[in-house]
Amino acid sequence: MSGVVLAPVAADLVEFAVGVQVGGTELFPNGVLDYLIGGLFVGAGISVIYLGSGIIAGNSTFLETTLSYRSRLPRFRQPRFVQSRDWRVVFFLSIVAGAAVYKLAFDPTVWTTEVQWWRLLGGGVLVGVGTRVGKGCTAGHGVCGVGSVSRTSLVNVALFVGTAVVTALVVSGLGVSP
Amino acid sequence: MRSESRGPLFTLLIVSGGLIEGFGLAYSGMARPEVVLDFLQLEDFGLLLVMGGASVVAGVTFFVATRTLDRAPLTDRAYTRRVKSLDRNVVTGGLIFGVGWGVSGICPGAGYASLGVGNYVILWALAGMFVGAYAQGYWRAYRADAGADAVSAD
Repeated sequence: MSGVVLAPVAADLVEFAVGVQVGGTELFPNGVLDYLIGGLFVGAGISVIYLGSGIIAGNSTFLETTLSYRSRLPRFRQPRFVQSRDWRVVFFLSIVAGAAVYKLAFDPTVWTTEVQWWRLLGGGVLVGVGTRVGKGCTAGHGVCGVGSVSRTSLVNVALFVGTAVVTALVVSGLGVSP
Repeated sequence: MRSESRGPLFTLLIVSGGLIEGFGLAYSGMARPEVVLDFLQLEDFGLLLVMGGASVVAGVTFFVATRTLDRAPLTDRAYTRRVKSLDRNVVTGGLIFGVGWGVSGICPGAGYASLGVGNYVILWALAGMFVGAYAQGYWRAYRADAGADAVSAD
């Protein structure tokens, strides 16, 4: 009985999730599954490290801890950076390897990004400054901080998502593509 | 100064977590700047599902662990949530990060994964991130020196 009632409801929900349209524009033109499954794996990877070690591993601290191998600047010589720099290199290499596993198993196409080099370089510099001044990146604030319901992270994420949307719209509005 | 490298089991843990996270970042499409830019240009909202899905999984793990578990087996650390202090830097950094993300379509974790899927062009972005991280460390040292000079001049 309840199955008879719920089946069409469930079908409607799926249809809603896959085909949501706002003002005639589809919200998920490429479907939702790859995004959701990928996101669950990202959360699972963070959870594995957390459950075993109690460490909430963001991705951008690696930039500074790796600089500590060569730089004498006091910022990079902090004990918490020097202590964690070895495993953060291992973490970085494992992320690279995990992505390579996906590539070999699921994506036979050969591609490199069409986004222009100066966008990658210039944007990368600002990302490097911003994440280190702002205490975290899309993983640290966006996933772990939001998952912790941290007010600091929610503020940071709202600011960077809003700024990034405006920036990307302006850049594309200026005719730069991609 | 205790090192956080605590033997082979700890390394195995980091490798496992990194592999799973890197696999997920590639699976989600975030390793491709075009996909991120599609979101930022409001053409495909999939990125919200990636970030949302990952936060829910991490959030449930943090919630359960902080309430039911004692200490982490491999480090003896207490389980905590990720809560940092809210100050002006969080605001300034978020704004700078947002401009950079909007220009490039790539963030650190997705950048590492992008290298893993063979998108070597992403090295431009990774090089930029190191330059940016170095620049803020240099600037902080310079500012600290300037502050010390100002004090000694008094």
